[in-house]
Amino acid sequence: MADDKEREGPDITVAEFHKKIKDAFEVFDHEANNTVDVREIGTIIRSLGCCPSEGELHDLIAEVEEEEPTGYIRFEKFLPVMTEVLLERRYRPVPEDILLRAFEVLDPSKRGFLLKEELIKYMTEEGEPFSQEEMEEMLSAAIDPESNSVHYKDYIAMMVIDES
Amino acid sequence: MSTHNLEDMGCGTSSVKDMRSEQVLKAALVIQNWYRGYSTRLKARQRYALTVFQSIEYADEQGQLQLSNFFSFMLENYAHIHEKDPEIAARLFGSTLQDYKDRQDYVAFVDVPNSYNGPRLQFPLTFTDIDLLVDAFKQQQILHARYVLEVLFETKKVLKQMPNFTHVKTSPSKEITICGDLHGKLDDLLLIFYKNGLPSGSNSYIFNGDFVDRGRNSIEILMILFVSFLVYPNDLHLNRGNHEDFMMNLRYGFTKEILCKYKIHGKQILQILEDVYTWLPIGTIIDNEILVIHGGISESTDLNLLHRVERHKMKSVLMPPTPLDGDPDTNVKKKKFNATILPREVKTSASHSEQLTKHEWEQVIDILWSDPRGKKGCYPNTSRGGGCYFGPDITSKVLNRYQLKMLIRSHECKPEGYEICHDGKVITIFSASNYYEEGSNRGAYIKLSSGMAPRFFQYQVTRTTCLRPLYQRVNAIESSAIRILRERIIARKTDLIHAFQLQDRSKSGKLSMSQWAFCMENTLGLNLPWRSLSSRLVTTDTNGDVNYMSSFQDIHIQKPVKEAQSTLIETLYRYRSDLQIIFNVIDSDHSGLISVEEFRSMWKLFNSHYNIHIDDFQIDELAERMDLNKDGSIDFNEFLKAFHVVHKLDKLNKSGSGLA
Repeated sequence: MADDKEREGPDITVAEFHKKIKDAFEVFDHEANNTVDVREIGTIIRSLGCCPSEGELHDLIAEVEEEEPTGYIRFEKFLPVMTEVLLERRYRPVPEDILLRAFEVLDPSKRGFLLKEELIKYMTEEGEPFSQEEMEEMLSAAIDPESNSVHYKDYIAMMVIDES
Repeated sequence: MSTHNLEDMGCGTSSVKDMRSEQVLKAALVIQNWYRGYSTRLKARQRYALTVFQSIEYADEQGQLQLSNFFSFMLENYAHIHEKDPEIAARLFGSTLQDYKDRQDYVAFVDVPNSYNGPRLQFPLTFTDIDLLVDAFKQQQILHARYVLEVLFETKKVLKQMPNFTHVKTSPSKEITICGDLHGKLDDLLLIFYKNGLPSGSNSYIFNGDFVDRGRNSIEILMILFVSFLVYPNDLHLNRGNHEDFMMNLRYGFTKEILCKYKIHGKQILQILEDVYTWLPIGTIIDNEILVIHGGISESTDLNLLHRVERHKMKSVLMPPTPLDGDPDTNVKKKKFNATILPREVKTSASHSEQLTKHEWEQVIDILWSDPRGKKGCYPNTSRGGGCYFGPDITSKVLNRYQLKMLIRSHECKPEGYEICHDGKVITIFSASNYYEEGSNRGAYIKLSSGMAPRFFQYQVTRTTCLRPLYQRVNAIESSAIRILRERIIARKTDLIHAFQLQDRSKSGKLSMSQWAFCMENTLGLNLPWRSLSSRLVTTDTNGDVNYMSSFQDIHIQKPVKEAQSTLIETLYRYRSDLQIIFNVIDSDHSGLISVEEFRSMWKLFNSHYNIHIDDFQIDELAERMDLNKDGSIDFNEFLKAFHVVHKLDKLNKSGSGLA
């Protein structure tokens, strides 16, 4: 209840996190046996608002996997690890301004846009490269077909609205 | 290690080029990281939306199966209707279809006018008729009722000769293709034929049930499948699904489709269809190794019994075998309602020679309704209300019992069109893409032959030539799911407010997220990720507490009569599908009208059985007002149409009447 707010402490937060994690886990637990396919862990973690890099994700998976990996992750192992992540506010999403600056780094001449070929080159050759599917997906929403380029400021603004 | 800090140049880098490439690397990482997070959140939203659709679909099915109790109850106690109309009992228990020997006699009075531009079939049918139908349906033509009746007549004749389980053999040079639920989506069937070829002597198919309901072209799919079956009876195999059931069709749209497309002969078509369904085989067995059935199995599945059972006695899942005469329960119920003894004719038509035994009936229900789950054991399927959940141990047990290697089934929508479980022993195959909503899921089919691993082919029908961006597709699915969820919520407004207020002692209008989620789950009976969905359903304040009345803001149920109380309206809205089915059954001549008297009695029975607590007086009032012509009859379609949910933010159209 609203007037009980003052009495809330870390216990309530942990309990709420537990429920949130359980909810998200259950959506992907197709067989209702408290396990999910390891390939869905990334989606679950990200759907809880965290943004680990691919490398950080691999580390997390290693933490929750069985000693002998079965291809499935059990809820009992996932819950404590994920609760810690949420409590420590790890892997916070990229703030809008940092994202904007990242695009600006790739656009040193400050045109305000990136050409399709340029975006493809950076996304598929640098960092933790995109797969072809990921690249196509990003292009479908980002590219302005008339100019064949990404006006990144507008693109970021659009994505931010969509998420809120 | 943070990838966000672009100022961190590292140490010891000397050349500008190195610095630049490190900056680029970091920038790329930021963007990729952000994009992947965004994209998976989109996919998670899509998955949540599917969960909503599925929960509601299964809750609906449960409602459907609960109707069966009501029908038994009704038949035992509603003698009044029986006296006036023994047709109902006959309709529910026996076939009123006169047995014609000859197809020509059967369609003697149905003429095809010269002005008819649609496809004309020629009996005996050949592969040209299959091509003809596919082309005609691509152009959205409607097959004349005469041909529909002829095809149904012939199909019934041939199906009658088929055993309960068809045994097929494959070889490396002769593969077989297995398709799952189509649910009236003609585009998917056409896509399958396009990719995989039409059925023929060298291209065998199994269609694993649920050809009809929900989609708009159920009759077209049936016609293509039945004609193909008549041309290639040994290469086109049809298994019965839980929707090949006239009671399901009443709720899920096929009956409506037929009555719309065939205004004059619709009733005749529906009548023979009921019969054709009962003659559909129960399953297929491939190479003595693979069992193909629509739903699943249970611990007690007895294939030997299922091979022997008289399958055509399974009229509908909603009509379980009635108890024996002199059954103590029946007599007690009769006494309670002071009903007169049922007329003799009704009793004899309900004799046991016309029905399956309870055990046989349950065996068939299990085959048509069960779902596999990860948990070991066999449990009643509480989501759907019929069949069971069976675990991997049950699968092993039953497959071993009959020396089988694999079970292929359908019945459940899967995002990828197929799913493998139980250590590879169970495959679910689902062939209706975009089942819940455009973009909700792919469809798939399997090709297999003995000795080779099954191959899966996926597809997704799309109206546009290029796929919309992911976020647009997800937004569409999500909006659709939230919309029907909100309709569920408004239908339970009074109960929900009651539950909320019980928790909100201080009458602040707010609850914690936990309390809100608890009330929602308990009142609606839907197991959903409420916390994740909450942002779409309610507003919260800065503390994270829920303003629980905000769910009811932009939505209300249209009242057909202004003075009617909210609880009455909500109840009628909630049960409108059930009421529609009951009315349709009573209205055996499909006239669309029932008498005010019947409406009243019907409602009283419904009321007492479902424990609804609506004043008889209020119903009487409502009935009076709905009898617009004052001629003692109610057009119940108009009555039910009057109950619909208005979404205030709908600028374009009023919302439709729900899921069916």
